[in-house]
Amino acid sequence: MTSAILVAVMAAATILLCFLPFLIFREKTPRYIVYLGEVLPAATIGMLVIYCFKDVSVLSAPFGIPELTAAACVIGLQIWKRNLLISILGGTVFYMILIQMIVIT
Amino acid sequence: MNSKIMKQAFIKSFPVMAGYIVLGIGFGILLRNAGYGVLWALVASVFIYAGSMQYVGVGLIAGGASVLTTLITTLTVNARHLFYSISMIDRYKNSKPYKPYLIFALTDETYSLLCDGAPDDVDNPELYYFLVSFLNQCYWIIGSVAGNLLGSVLPFSTAGIEFSMTALFIASFTEQWLVSQDHIPALTGLISAFVCLMIFGANKFLIPAMLLITLILTIFRRRKEANQ
Repeated sequence: MTSAILVAVMAAATILLCFLPFLIFREKTPRYIVYLGEVLPAATIGMLVIYCFKDVSVLSAPFGIPELTAAACVIGLQIWKRNLLISILGGTVFYMILIQMIVIT
Repeated sequence: MNSKIMKQAFIKSFPVMAGYIVLGIGFGILLRNAGYGVLWALVASVFIYAGSMQYVGVGLIAGGASVLTTLITTLTVNARHLFYSISMIDRYKNSKPYKPYLIFALTDETYSLLCDGAPDDVDNPELYYFLVSFLNQCYWIIGSVAGNLLGSVLPFSTAGIEFSMTALFIASFTEQWLVSQDHIPALTGLISAFVCLMIFGANKFLIPAMLLITLILTIFRRRKEANQ
């Protein structure tokens, strides 16, 4: 039951965020907002990259090594092939192999 | 329905198809591992429909988070949707009757496909936007339901599948870096978030980071205008 309420809260908050700008800037979008619309997506993706690493500890074993090497693998694949899917699949499979080997040994 | 436009939309959405099915499967498996069945996967992907938030959401519902925590986390993790919406206001101006759905379905990937508009040979751009958005959500739903159903019978361990979300962001970041001349926004996001993570810790850094990003980019805009 509690879980259902939380799912509803997540859905409502997401929908609110999507619709808010359309409700506020009905007529003419201020230039400052247009500027933010141009620069924020790139900045947000940078922030989300950090978000994904927030629980990785570089001070205790395995020192974030699987995450960092898999991240390097994704960057390398993307520069090489310029294909999101190949980079995502390649990096994820590489990461899964890494951590499952570490768990076993 | 115009089959030409359907074909154009399908081709455009094709790169997202595989990505969404893979990411959706990852979400479905995580949800299953947390003890939630296929109905939960379906409801979440139909109504929340926000990739990274759904991954974060699994942790919230499984950990029994409070309503307030869930609300604040959703608003912070999804705040970027404000920015996507802001930059699509003009493009979606005359898109009735699809407008409410187009706004709802504006995810990272759909945004990245549609922010440059429709190709010149598309007769009905609004229908085209709708079809691309709708196909993307279908892929996402199919993936999350399939992952939830199949997660328990896969013949190999799925440990580490959650890295697919990290990989998505890193790959998008790299691609954006390769195509853009101005790296200030990307660097601002990366560095601000890192500094705030160090200062505020893993659970509280998103809101300060977004404020800092907005502040720094506002300062850069002033400087850019002063130079012109």
